[in-house]
Amino acid sequence: MKSVRIGAGQGFWGDSPFPALDVVQSGNVGYIACDALAELTLAILQKARQKDPAKGYVEDMFFSLLLGPCRAKGIKILTNAGGINPPGAGRMVCDLARRMGLKGLKIAVITGDDILPRIGDLRSAGVDLSDMEKGGDISSIEDRILFANAYLGAKPMVDALEMGADVVIAGRTSDPAQFLAPMVYELGWRWDDWDRLAAGILLGHLMECSAQSTGGNFGGEWWNIPGMERIGYPVAEVYENGEAVISKPEGTGGRVDLRTVKEQMLYEVHDPAAYVTPDVVADFTSARLEEDGPDRVRITGMKGRPRPETLKVSIGYSDGWLGEAVVRYSWPHAMQKARKADEILRRQFAALGLQFEEILTEYIGFNSLSGPLAWGDGGDLNEVGLRIAVRTRNKLDAARMPRLLPPLALNGPPTAGAGGGGGMPRPRELIGLWSALVPRGEVEKQVKIDILEVD
Amino acid sequence: MPRVLLMDLAHARSGDKGDTVNIGLFPYRDEDYRLLKDQVTAERVKEHFRGLVEGEVIRYEVPNIRAFNFVLKGALNGGASRSLRSDNLGKCFGANLLRMYVETGEKQKV
Repeated sequence: MKSVRIGAGQGFWGDSPFPALDVVQSGNVGYIACDALAELTLAILQKARQKDPAKGYVEDMFFSLLLGPCRAKGIKILTNAGGINPPGAGRMVCDLARRMGLKGLKIAVITGDDILPRIGDLRSAGVDLSDMEKGGDISSIEDRILFANAYLGAKPMVDALEMGADVVIAGRTSDPAQFLAPMVYELGWRWDDWDRLAAGILLGHLMECSAQSTGGNFGGEWWNIPGMERIGYPVAEVYENGEAVISKPEGTGGRVDLRTVKEQMLYEVHDPAAYVTPDVVADFTSARLEEDGPDRVRITGMKGRPRPETLKVSIGYSDGWLGEAVVRYSWPHAMQKARKADEILRRQFAALGLQFEEILTEYIGFNSLSGPLAWGDGGDLNEVGLRIAVRTRNKLDAARMPRLLPPLALNGPPTAGAGGGGGMPRPRELIGLWSALVPRGEVEKQVKIDILEVD
Repeated sequence: MPRVLLMDLAHARSGDKGDTVNIGLFPYRDEDYRLLKDQVTAERVKEHFRGLVEGEVIRYEVPNIRAFNFVLKGALNGGASRSLRSDNLGKCFGANLLRMYVETGEKQKV
């Protein structure tokens, strides 16, 4: 039976590229696929493009490290690292390949996911862009929109592979799409073969977060996961009939078993019986998982239903500013000192007329990651950090707030530790996310594939 | 009735989408699936996360992998990129769910 081996290369912008090199060198793969875009990555990239129109794509070590070895082994690369500017990313990779002497390398650039220039048109065409989570009319945020991108499926990437691309660069795609594309291309799956497409989506979902299916971020007995310093990224061997085995490259750390794979299977999933993607609605409750030897999990039985007639659009908008600062106190009475400092600061905000929409107090070492679920009262802690965070429409107020903390060392409760905090934190722009559905035809009609060939 | 921490019976992972958090909950032993099904209800999880989660909580059963998926709406102070919280991505919700106590008919061990 025909099969294809596909490896994971990246789970987010900032992920380690070295396990990707292990996938290339010892994963015995034909393809490596990367998911570089978390929900808010486009907001960061949009800002980079505002400063320099040539930027707006994911810039990291991935291509400089991986392009040569992939070319040498004939491994094709698929990524959504194009971000908000896939043509810019295509030019960057093309220049890099030229400098490396990779003559003849073909780079496909997929555009059309960016619908920001078309929001007005879509509204006048009667498309309802209300937020899927909260409802509301888009006019309430229209003057603050930073980016608006539709999630594309695997089809344009399959087209790019058919055009002979060695590297496929897209912008916003559904996270598993980069992984599904080579399966469809190599195994000849039809676009209405819902069960096989659903199998491909589940496998893509298991690989899109890099080591999260091989023992990373494992909520079980994580202390038993071996070799996390050189953890292996997942590799899938996928058969023509949609059955597959998830494993990892020989000699790498981590663990692939039912526990690690199941955790990733439900990661960021809502209704497991209806995982909606542009290519198929996958039913994760139909899959059968079984261990198939050490670090191998076999996946069979996946079922899918027809794809939706709409595509999800993710819209980011400017939503005020965050100001934050930390001051730490030592035993004795660390918690009481931190609480007192919080009380002082809140009185000072009022006295200075600093207006905040929201003030959040967290005690690091006591409740900053558990909030109201924290146990005890923190009475005997060795040290506590007071973290205070504010939300404001006014950038200046967000910048002023942290300056009230250093004086506490002399003017407030004793034993304030000021070192090692990384200086005065700068205000950070907050980005609201707005999700809507648009008819897929409205997006697909503007999707384009350009091929760049390295000379 | 003896009671144990959910941490002793199950593992969990959480993640975010917009202002929604999901938590996958996985009993270590298949035979505990029933116990979790009876006791770790959507209502109880909603109550457990009071103060962190503003919206509804939905529970999906995933019997093929002996798991449950909890979807918590209005859980992230507006969503990762506009949240003031340290755990802006909701990565710790899974661990926080495991702070729940459940009643067992017998003495349990992982």
